[in-house]
Amino acid sequence: MRLELGNIFIKNVKFGESTKIEDSILHINKEELLAAVGGDEHIKSIDVELAHPGEEIRITPVKDVIEPRVKVEGPGGIFPGMLSKVDTVGTGRTHALKNIAVVTAGKIVGFQEGIIDMTGPGAEYTPFSKLHNIVVVAEPADGIKQHEHEAAVRTIGLKAAQFLGEFAKNIEPDEVKYYETEPLLESVAKYPDLPKVGYVYMLQTQGLLHDTYVYGVDAKKIVPTLLYPTETMDGAIVSGNCVSACDKNPTYVHQNNSIIEDLYEKHGKEINFVGVIITNENVYLADKERSSNWTAKLTRYLGLDGVIVSQEGFGNPDTDLIMNCKKIENEGIKTVIVTDEYAGRDGASQSLADADAKADAVVTNGNANEVIVLPPMKKIIGSTEYVDVIAGGFDGSLRTDGSIEVEIQAITGATNETGFVKLSSKGY
Amino acid sequence: MSKKRVVHYINQFFAGIGGEEKADIKPEVREEVVGPGMAFSTSLKEEAEIVATIICGDSYFNENVEEAKAEIMEMVKKYQPDLFIAGPAFNAGRYGVACGTIAKAVQDELGIDVITGMYTENPGADMYKKSVYIIETGNSAAAMRKAVPDMTKFALKLLKGEEIGAPEEDKYMSRGIRRNYFAEEQGSKRAVNMLIKKLKGEEYITEYPMPDFDRVEANAAVKDITKAKIALVTSGGTVPKGNPDKIESSSASKYGKYDISNFTDLTEADHETAHGGYDPVYANQDSDRVLPVDVLRDLEKEGAIGELHNYFYTTVGNGTSVASSKAFAAEFAKELIADGVQAVILTST
Repeated sequence: MRLELGNIFIKNVKFGESTKIEDSILHINKEELLAAVGGDEHIKSIDVELAHPGEEIRITPVKDVIEPRVKVEGPGGIFPGMLSKVDTVGTGRTHALKNIAVVTAGKIVGFQEGIIDMTGPGAEYTPFSKLHNIVVVAEPADGIKQHEHEAAVRTIGLKAAQFLGEFAKNIEPDEVKYYETEPLLESVAKYPDLPKVGYVYMLQTQGLLHDTYVYGVDAKKIVPTLLYPTETMDGAIVSGNCVSACDKNPTYVHQNNSIIEDLYEKHGKEINFVGVIITNENVYLADKERSSNWTAKLTRYLGLDGVIVSQEGFGNPDTDLIMNCKKIENEGIKTVIVTDEYAGRDGASQSLADADAKADAVVTNGNANEVIVLPPMKKIIGSTEYVDVIAGGFDGSLRTDGSIEVEIQAITGATNETGFVKLSSKGY
Repeated sequence: MSKKRVVHYINQFFAGIGGEEKADIKPEVREEVVGPGMAFSTSLKEEAEIVATIICGDSYFNENVEEAKAEIMEMVKKYQPDLFIAGPAFNAGRYGVACGTIAKAVQDELGIDVITGMYTENPGADMYKKSVYIIETGNSAAAMRKAVPDMTKFALKLLKGEEIGAPEEDKYMSRGIRRNYFAEEQGSKRAVNMLIKKLKGEEYITEYPMPDFDRVEANAAVKDITKAKIALVTSGGTVPKGNPDKIESSSASKYGKYDISNFTDLTEADHETAHGGYDPVYANQDSDRVLPVDVLRDLEKEGAIGELHNYFYTTVGNGTSVASSKAFAAEFAKELIADGVQAVILTST
C-alpha cells in the first residue's frame, strides 16, 4: 500500500468573502463553513473564531483537534465510516493543510476537556499552540445527555475539517512525501536482513465518553487487528474521547502519528516496518486479557522482532499497557512502551498503576500531575468557567485575575503518549 | 562574606581511634578537622569551614540508636551549621546506616541541609536514598579521592542554594522524585531509537525504571458475615448532591466522610458523583450503582449482614496518585477500626 501525502503549508488563516487558498493563505467564508457543519438538532448555536500562534488567546474547554485533509486520488474519502463510505483508505494521494487545525470547543461535555494557550508558558506544553486554529464553538441544546452532546460536537469538527480540506484538492503541494508498506511476505523478501518491527497502537475505549472509532466502528467492539500504517493518514481512526486532555489522542494525532512517521523514517534502512496492530483498552478483565492475548498472538504471527506499544489515557489502561508488554516480551519480541506518568504533584508517588520487570524499555512523556500557573489571557474562546472541575483542575484553579493554576493534565496534548511532544521526566 | 559552617560526622575508624575493637565508643565532638575532614576542608576552600567533627562508634550508634541520635543532635544544634556532612561510608554497612539515620534526623528535625556518601550496595543506601541526598562513591576508602570532590561539589551547590541537577550530573542516588523537562527529541523518536538499540543488543537507558510494585494481599474471609458491621468505601466519587467538600474530578487531594444513617436508597435528588473519569449519567441517575446502599439495607433487613456502618468514605480515583490514596486510607482505616467495622466493600469505577 502506497500513499503520496501532499503537504500544503498554510501561512495564515483569515475570514473573507469566499473560502479559498491563495498564496498559502486560507480564506474562510464563515457563513459557508457554518452552513457546511450546521443542522444538528442537538446543537443550539455554532460560532467560529480564529486563534493564531503568539496571540494572547486561551481556548477551553477543547474537545478535539483535527487536521483538514482531502483524498485526491485512490479509493475512499477522509474519515471513512464517519463521513465517507467504508472503502479501505491509505493508497493513492492525499493532500493535507499543514500548520492549521480545526479545534472544537464550547460548553463542557464531561470533565475531561482541555486548555490550549496560544502564548505564554502553557503554549510550550501544547503542540497545538503552534497552529493557526479554526475554533468551532458549539453550544448544546438544552437537556441533551453528555454522550449525545459529544457525538454532535465530534461530527461538527470532522465536517469542518472535511469542508476545509476540500479546498486543498487542486492546490499544488509544497512537499510530497511517499509512504509505502508492502504485503508482509513481499516486505520480508525485500528486506531479508532487517529486523521486522510492528507498532501496537492502543486506542482509548474505556467507554462512557472514552471512545475511539476505526472506520466508524466503536473500537470497544473490535478484537485486535491489522492496519497498513497509511490508513491512519486518511483518518481511519477518529477520537471520541473526553479522557484527560494531556494524554488523549486528538484526531490530529491519529492523522499525524509520529511513531508511524519515525518508524517510516528508518524503514528499509535500519528496520523493516511491517505494519500496525490496533488494540483497545476496555474496562472488563476478560476484555483486557483477550485483547492482550490477541495482540501478542498477532506480533508472533507476523514474525516480528521488535514492537513499540503506545498507550492512551492512564490508570486503568496502565494494566492493558503492562499486559501487552509482558505478553509480547514473553513471545521473545523486543518491546518498547510509550506512556506518561501520574507521580503526584510532588513527583514522589509511583507513576503507573501497574508494573512489570519485563517493561525494561520505557519512554515517558512527562508527569501529568505537575502544576503550572497559566497567566491571564486577553481573550478567551469558549469559557474558563469549568477549569475548577476539569481533570487537572481543583477548587480555586481559576483565580480572580484570570490566571489559572492547574496540573498540566488539563493542557491538550501535554503528555501525549504517542511521543508527539518533547516533554519527559527524570528521577531526581 | 563569612564562611559557611559545616559539621562533619565520622566513625571511630576514620577518626583514627581504632577498628572494630573501638566501635563501641560514645559520641564525642572535637572542634577541629579530623580524618577525611582534611580533604573536605581543602576542597571547600574559602567557601566553608568545618567547625566541628562528631565521632561515634558504629556499634554504639546501631545498638543505641535513639540515645546516640539524641546526643548527636544536641551537638549539631550547638554549632548551628549551614550544612551537615556524614561520611563517606563507602561499603561499611553499619557506618552507612548510621550516616543515613543521623543525616535524616538532622535534616528533618533541625531543618539543616545534609549530604552523605556511600557505595550503592551499602544497606544504608536503600534505607535512606529517598530521604536524603546520598552521593554515590566507590566501595572502599581507596575511592576517597573521587568521593571528596563529588561530595564537595554537591555541598557547595546546597550552600549556595543552586538548583540540584539530575542524579547522573550531580552524582547522587535518585530519590525517585519525578520531574519534568523538555527533551531534545520527540518521545516517538526516542522510542524508535531505543527499540533499535534493544534489537541490536546495545545499551539503552529506560526513562522510567519499573518500581517494586506494591501489591496488597487479600485479607482472610470474615468469619461470620451475619454479625459483621460493614462499611462502604468508594473511589467512584459518590458525594452528597452539590459535592459539599469540592472533591476534585481528577487527582483528588482529599476524601469525604458522609452520613448515610438516614438513607435506605440513594437518589438523583440527594447524591451524585464528582468523578471526572467516566460518563456520570447513570451514576447520577442512581448513586446506588456506585455505592450500593439500597442492596446493603436489604441485606441488613434480611439478616444477611450484621449492619451497615453509618458513614461512607469516598474519593475520586481518577488520576489520584498512589501516595495520596494510601494516605487517605491510612487515616480513615483507623476511624473504621475505632468504629468497630469488620469489613469494607470498596467499589471502584
